[in-house]
Amino acid sequence: MVDLNNISLTEIVKLVKLKKISSLELTNHYIKNIEKGKKLNCFITTCFDETIKNSKTFDAKKNYDSLLPGIPIAVKDLFCTKDVKTTAGSKILENFIPTYESTVTSNLWKEGAILLGKLNCDEFAMGSSNETSFFGNVINPIEKNLVPGGSSGGSSSALAASFTPATIGTDTGGSIRQPASFTGTVGLKPTYGLCSRWGIVAFASSLDQAGPMTKNVEDCALMLEAISSYDKKDSTSINKKKENYSKNLNKNIKGMKIGIPKEYRVDNMPKEIDQLWSKGIDILKKSGVKIIDISLPHTKYALPTYYIVAPAEASSNLARYDGVKFGYRSNKGKNLLEMYENTRGEGFGDEVKRRVLIGTYVLSSGYYDAYYLKAQKVRKLIKKDFDNSFRKVDAILTPSTPSSAFKIGEKTSDPISMYLNDIFTVPVNLAGLPAISLPAGQDSKGRPLGLQLISNSLDEQRMLNIAFAIESEISFKQNLNRWWE
Amino acid sequence: MPIDKSQVKKVAKLSRISLDDNKINSLSKDLDSILTFVEKLNELDTKEIKTLKSIADKTLEARNDIVDDGKIKNDILKNSPEKNEDFFIVPKVIE
Repeated sequence: MVDLNNISLTEIVKLVKLKKISSLELTNHYIKNIEKGKKLNCFITTCFDETIKNSKTFDAKKNYDSLLPGIPIAVKDLFCTKDVKTTAGSKILENFIPTYESTVTSNLWKEGAILLGKLNCDEFAMGSSNETSFFGNVINPIEKNLVPGGSSGGSSSALAASFTPATIGTDTGGSIRQPASFTGTVGLKPTYGLCSRWGIVAFASSLDQAGPMTKNVEDCALMLEAISSYDKKDSTSINKKKENYSKNLNKNIKGMKIGIPKEYRVDNMPKEIDQLWSKGIDILKKSGVKIIDISLPHTKYALPTYYIVAPAEASSNLARYDGVKFGYRSNKGKNLLEMYENTRGEGFGDEVKRRVLIGTYVLSSGYYDAYYLKAQKVRKLIKKDFDNSFRKVDAILTPSTPSSAFKIGEKTSDPISMYLNDIFTVPVNLAGLPAISLPAGQDSKGRPLGLQLISNSLDEQRMLNIAFAIESEISFKQNLNRWWE
Repeated sequence: MPIDKSQVKKVAKLSRISLDDNKINSLSKDLDSILTFVEKLNELDTKEIKTLKSIADKTLEARNDIVDDGKIKNDILKNSPEKNEDFFIVPKVIE
């Protein structure tokens, strides 16, 4: 019998298609792993009875011709799932049971996948360590006291610990790529508009994108193929033909040009990350790629821009949580206004409050031009930097994060030090571009480190091919002794 | 110092979030450091730069103007904290 914890999603799909393993056997395997791994606090909700029922139904079928035949998959609790509680990691949605299914998750089920449960995340995806969740922090399977990254921390942790063979997260400023980097897994943020946002709890609508998190690049291509689609229910969805990312995956990157942006060599970056970056550059050179030094001059303004734009959009999106139509309602307050204020005061956690207040402030009369309008202009400059670069190069290589995973509680007292985690990931969201983080090594403490590839809009195939080529040369090995069991 | 306690109180009111004095103190400190951080943008002269209108590289589509109630009244009311057959119920608005 194969060790299901050590093989890829692609290999599992093959086993199912060859009838070497049934959907029910897979389901039972993951349920057992999840039950032995409660310590990591990855799940907010599980729906095992339904999972078992659905896998039995699948096994009774004759046609296995789909991308994810009978594969049990857990998803971030930001995706609305019909009749299954969806909390977004918040008290305010503690009892919210959607009556509809997000487009991205329904794409998964159409391809034969089966829901295992809903994964913990930072409240409304606002955080970089999964410590802002109302349902408690998640633990990184790499080490007992480490954060798994965020906001898709339950997703990265569950994937690394093999509680699910693949998963999906959302990325507004790095929420897929940073946790992937912290757990030694692969995470991809697609081009803005490639995956529908319909049915995803909104944080910052001009930045939010759903994307796959997987154990290797091949799985990532497969999952992206499954979840991406044109959707007329999302007005920003791109109307284009579906791609066969997994079928067209290849390692031949000879003759390509990759840019190295000098602005990503930031002060105080650990030497190990610099070395990892050089290792990536060497691998690319050996594969026949031309390395070109480039400049993205407005990089240092990306985080300040993000912390105006994202909170501004969040303050508008989160106005819907008023205790009237759905979600938590406070029973304190003499009238409607007090009910609103108490509901939101009691229902939102500290980080969400900070961002709603910042967002309201930068949009308020007298401050709008100085903050919000200014940020939208700088956002244009950041996008232009990338546009200029992609006239010269096919993709850009950078580190994924300025450090490896940090300790639980280490950065909670200072919001800015937490925000600085996303310094390499945020510019991509502001420009609407795709990017992938892949594990490329470990630091001296054995904590994983990731490299990030950024490509031009809708150039996911080429980006995946480059990642595939790097991955095969780097041979990253994750040795988890399953200490939590 | 970009923001003080009285401004935080005002923004909290606009945001419809109740905060006690302790929270106002701690949030004032946080908000002040965040706003100081984002004010780095003032280094840039953006007078000649046009504002980014949308990151989506497309014109938004308009759908046909057809009335459709979706026939989902029950679904919409389902998650409401307090309701009757047809309406959301809220605390008294007029004294």
